[in-house]
Amino acid sequence: MKFGVIVFPGSNCDQDVYHALGNVLGQPVDYLWHGDTSVSGYDCLVLPGGFSYGDYLRAGAIARFAPIMPAVIEFARAGGLVLGICNGFQILLEAGLLPGAMRVNDCLQFRCQWTYLRVENSKTPFTNRFREGQVIRIPIAHGEGNYYADAATLAELEANRQIVFRYCNEYGEVTPAANPNGSVGNIAGIINREGNVLGMMPHPERCAESILGGTDGRELFASIIDWWQGRERLGA
Amino acid sequence: MLLAKIYVTLKPGVLDPQGEAVMGGLKAMGYEGVTAVRVGKYLEVQLDMKDRQEAGRQVEEMCRRLLANPVIEQYRYTLEEPAAPFTNETP
Repeated sequence: MKFGVIVFPGSNCDQDVYHALGNVLGQPVDYLWHGDTSVSGYDCLVLPGGFSYGDYLRAGAIARFAPIMPAVIEFARAGGLVLGICNGFQILLEAGLLPGAMRVNDCLQFRCQWTYLRVENSKTPFTNRFREGQVIRIPIAHGEGNYYADAATLAELEANRQIVFRYCNEYGEVTPAANPNGSVGNIAGIINREGNVLGMMPHPERCAESILGGTDGRELFASIIDWWQGRERLGA
Repeated sequence: MLLAKIYVTLKPGVLDPQGEAVMGGLKAMGYEGVTAVRVGKYLEVQLDMKDRQEAGRQVEEMCRRLLANPVIEQYRYTLEEPAAPFTNETP
């Protein structure tokens, strides 16, 4: 399967994702320039972390109108796998591929730390190597990760099992103290209703090999590959 | 030439951490009468057009599509003749 990592002006985790997918997981991976207008030939697109367009106005607001985005939106609507990490998540929200919006962290601090996440849904192309309720450890680094959705949207996310990760403590308890940014419901990652677009604030590429202090991120990327291979075996 | 003065603020009910922090600062300075602060954005958009109705239509659209995020933010604007037209180019 072939991965495309989209590079926006200001992306700064693009090389980390490229390294995780290409060198750690041994998959074919290309950079895709924000000025490109086609994503054909790719099986999974990754919108990496960083500060696209300087995060001016709002994080992800300007990137959402980059020339490549119509192709990304079309790819997602057609069922293609799209993973947005941190700034990538913010861009997916701005683009309307995922519901809700990001606010400034309630602590007003840029938070750069390890977090524990509880896997709320392991039946997705991105999380099938995890167990439901499993506690994993993935670092965050953001100033605008305070996820917001109104009550109706939240109810819908719950009902459709679209909440994939919640911030928790090391015992898997979802508590206010374990919430690094004030996100409603301790939400750290959500998936679209169709299950092919995941947005998450934590950085799996920063814990994809043991030299980085953890390998839970590797399992997320490996889940995508497993899912894809299973799909191929079934001739889908 | 028309000048749109656009104000973008968080919707009522959406937590504004920056507003809270500024209020804390004002209170610490002794301004006890302050009861609430919201931090928003102020943008000036200059338009090379005369038709106020068309300008208003375009500014509405700009606000809806890019300048404000309708999930959490609201906006308002005024249209006026710019007293001193400006440019984005550095002299």
